Order: sequence, then C-alpha cells, then structure tokens
Amino acid sequence: MIDARLRLQRCDFALDVALMLPQRGITALVGPSGCGKTTVLRALAGLERVSGRIVVGDEVWQDDATGRFVPTHQRPLGYVIQESALFPHLDVRGNLQYGRKRSDVASRHIALDAVIELLGIGHLQSRRPTTLSGGERQRVAIARALASDPRLLLMDEPLAALDATRKAEILPYLERLHRELALPIVYVTHAMDEAARLADHMVLMRDGKVEAAGGLVELMARIDMNWGRADDAGVVIDAEVAEHDPHHGLTCVGRDGAMLWMGEVAARTGERVRARVLARDVSVTRQRPGETSVLNVLPVVLESIQRERTSALLRLHVNDGRSTDGWRLLARITSKSLDALQLQPGDALHAQIKGVALM
Amino acid sequence: MVTGIERAEFVAIRLTAELAALSTVLLLIIGTPIAWWLARTRSRLKPISSALVAMPIVLPPSVLGFYLLLLMGPTGPVGQLTQALGLGRLPFTFAGLVVASVLYSMPFVVQPLQQAFEAIPERMLEAAATLRASPWDRFASVALPLARPGFVTASVLGFAHTVGEFGVVLMIGGNIPGETRVLSVAIYDHVEAGEFARAHQLAAGMVAFSLLVLVTLYVVNRPHKDGVETAR
Repeated sequence: MIDARLRLQRCDFALDVALMLPQRGITALVGPSGCGKTTVLRALAGLERVSGRIVVGDEVWQDDATGRFVPTHQRPLGYVIQESALFPHLDVRGNLQYGRKRSDVASRHIALDAVIELLGIGHLQSRRPTTLSGGERQRVAIARALASDPRLLLMDEPLAALDATRKAEILPYLERLHRELALPIVYVTHAMDEAARLADHMVLMRDGKVEAAGGLVELMARIDMNWGRADDAGVVIDAEVAEHDPHHGLTCVGRDGAMLWMGEVAARTGERVRARVLARDVSVTRQRPGETSVLNVLPVVLESIQRERTSALLRLHVNDGRSTDGWRLLARITSKSLDALQLQPGDALHAQIKGVALM
Repeated sequence: MVTGIERAEFVAIRLTAELAALSTVLLLIIGTPIAWWLARTRSRLKPISSALVAMPIVLPPSVLGFYLLLLMGPTGPVGQLTQALGLGRLPFTFAGLVVASVLYSMPFVVQPLQQAFEAIPERMLEAAATLRASPWDRFASVALPLARPGFVTASVLGFAHTVGEFGVVLMIGGNIPGETRVLSVAIYDHVEAGEFARAHQLAAGMVAFSLLVLVTLYVVNRPHKDGVETAR
C-alpha cells in the first residue's frame, strides 16, 4: 500500500488528504485544476514539503512524528511531468543513462533494452531532445523515468501538453506499460476520459480534499458524485470480445452474460477490452422496444435515482435474470421524463444504448 | 625612435596577463557560489547582496581604490590582519592588485553567471533529483553544463575588464615595474611623457585585443542547434 496523510495550509489553499493507494496498477488522481492533485504528487516525490506521513510499501519516506524526510534523490521513484524536462545538453541515450547510472544496481528489475523497446525509442538514441517531436519527447521522458528503476511511477498530466494526435500516439505505450510492468503508477489528470481509459483505481479530488476513492469501475458507476461537467458521467466496462461481425463492421463484447455491440475492435476473440458508455447515450423504456435502430437494448433494474434541476441520473443494474452481480449503467434523462414515467427504484426497465466507445 | 616593443613593455603585458588570468580564476571560484545563491534564493537579503555585488559598476574606480587602500593599509583592519598573519601589507604589491581586481570585476562575472543559472528551469533540477542526483550532483551534471554560455561570458568579461582597469590599479598598486605596472598604467605613462608612438603601440594592441575578445564571445555564445539555449 501507499499510505499518505498530507496536510498543507497556505493563505489561499488548504490541502488535507488521506490516501490509501494500492501498490499495483494505475491510480488516477482526478480533479479540476487547483484541487491539489499536483501538490499531492509533488509531496509524494519529496519535491514539495507538506506536513504529514508517507509510507510506500515498507519504506517510510516522510514521517513528521519522527522528523524523517527522505530527500527526493533517495526515493526510488520516477517522475514524468507535462512538459518533458529532458536535459538539452545530453542526447536521448545520455538522458536515459542519467538516472540509470545513479540507481541502485543491486536491486535492478527493469532492463534498459526492454524500456527502449516498450516505448519504441530505439531509433532516437543519438538524437538531441530539441530535434524530437512532442510525442517522442514524452516517450523518452517516460523511458528515462523507467530506466532509473523506480518502485513507484508518478505522472503529472503527461499528455496535457500534446494535441489529440500525439495523445493517441502515447496512450498505447502507457497501456503497454500498465500491462507489461508490475509497477504502481499514480497518474494525475483532469481529463476523465484519460483516467477512464488507463486507470484501475481512481481518487477524485476537489478543493484540497478527497471526494471519493476506490476501484475505477465502481466509482464511475456512482451517481452521487459531482462529475464536474455533467457530460463526463458514464460507466466503464471491462469486457471480453465475444464475436466479430466483419460484414457490418461491428464487434460484440460481453461481460457476465450481457452483450454489447460496438464499432469494430482490433482485438481477438476472448481478449479483454475496456469500453465506456456515457450516461447521456443511455435512455430507458418500460416496455422492450419492438423495432428500433438502437443495437443495444438490455434488460435492467433501476437501482437509484439522483435528481438534479433539469435532468436526472439513473443507476441501472444490468440484469440478465441470472447473475446477482453484473455491471452497472448510468443513464441521464430529463427530469420531465422522470416524472412522466414515474420511475421508482426497483422498476424493471430496458436500457437503450446509443453509443459504446472503446477506450 | 622606437623600434619594436621594448622589454619594459613586455614586462607590463606579461604582468597584465598574469593579473587578469589569476583574477579570472579566483572570480569564477568565488563568483559561482554567489551567483548560484543569488539566482536561487528567496532570501530578503537578495536585493542588498545584489546591490553590493553590482557596486563596482557604478562607483568611480578611484573611490573603490581609495577605500581598499584604507582597508588594506597598515592601520586598516584588513592590513592589520594580513600583517598579523605574516603576509605583510597588500598595497603596492601584485597580491594587492589581485584582491582589488577581484572586487572590481566581480559584477562582470557574477551577473552573467546569475543570469545563466536563473535561465535554468526549476523542472530540470527537479527532474535530476527524481533521477537520484544529489544536490551537488545536480549542480555539476545539470546546472554547470546548462550554464556554459554564462561561464564563457563571465570568464571573458572578467578577464577583459581586469585588463582594462586603471583607476583602482593606480590607487592600490602605483606604478612599480614588474610588480604593479600593468598595461593601462604603462600607456598612461607614455602619454604623460609625450611618447605618443609607444602609447599608440600598446593602445592599438588593446583595441585589437578587446575586439578579438568580443568577437570570440559572440561566436562561442551564438545559439546552438543542440539546444542549450532553448532550455531557457
């Protein structure tokens, strides 16, 4: 576990968080700018001095009670920021070697060649940072952090400075990182879709406090959250590819017996994919619609309702009649529809899903 | 008739070069930590420290020389200290000139270094820290290489400014051949004695030297493609 209790009081900003983060997978630290997520990350790295206690695994990095504060350079971490801080006086190889040379040889568990291969930067070795594109620079920065053999990788909006094309270029590398290295990553972002795509766990922050924390899938299916822009509400589904329909360019993915059709996915049958269904793309009917152009109609049970001024958020349990577990959907409907249909928790409904996005 | 540069002139040139070289080395050694501190500190003492370092730029050299003479003289505190340590008195010695030059040329070394250090983004040093580099290591492996243009400028300006000083030398060093008679004083002597041709010889040499120094500076410090400048 990564156990951090952090407090900071500045004239215009107060931070008070207690975090228990799993030491595996990607934890997304999400929140609007100014909510303190970067300060948390910098405190974990020891770059910012806040009061409290930080324990990573069995190592105490900071404990005000005993006066212990391990300086940044003695913490086995990797740190990647928005603008890659590659050293301009060194070429790519020199940058990669910088942290590598200084890390503990005895406890090495990440091979440099593997890192170079993982991030696809083998052909850039003798280039200077200024001659690289933004996406390449960020890949080198990530590789440099990994080459120093960290026990914890901290990433502060690593994609925020990149345009959509460059982002799309980096994301697969981050996913590979996640799959191929058993390295815990704390990933700061304000972009919910990045978190939804990459993370296993999520911590939602607001005004220097933790609003909610937990598994990403469970957290995104909650309706009692302030999702900031209402458009961001939506669930994440980790499903398996069940079949392809090349004729119509569709793929069917399933989870716990319930199937969803989505645009063709480049993944083999049985492979795990992550899909996202936004609440605004889901509508409900009492009767099963007869003839509809909507491909995905699932029987659901209405679990709870969060009413807002003009709209309402419904939490739906996808129920094929067999499993008690199953997964959840969120649906955003107008409050007028809510009144017209006289919806109550426990109602059996049909959810029509207009869009499923591959993450 | 003057036929070529005479021995006395050679002595003056050599003395000037020795003084400037030694002063520059000392200035870099002393100036680097001062510049680093000024560039990074948020202390309330920063403005007064900056002002003190910059004083020689605005002070008439004779004022600086006058006070140095008092300080280092037989009754001045520095003079009493050097005598107590068995070092003798500094005025009218080469060592005294070195001390005066270092003080006089300090801003010309500290300011370019400070600017170069200030231009290094904090994130570069933080990145080095997250890559296991200790504070000294960060300074040596990131700050120094990134501040290289600043070091070139500081060395050249420190050296050239020491070569060109006159007022302080006259106050502190006087005009002792082989000990304190540097080029600028030698030129003054020639002019005073009406030896315009010999004054010309040295003065023209100084003009050429200054030009050479500045051209070298601009060539060496021109923006590189390898991006040291873009780090700013």
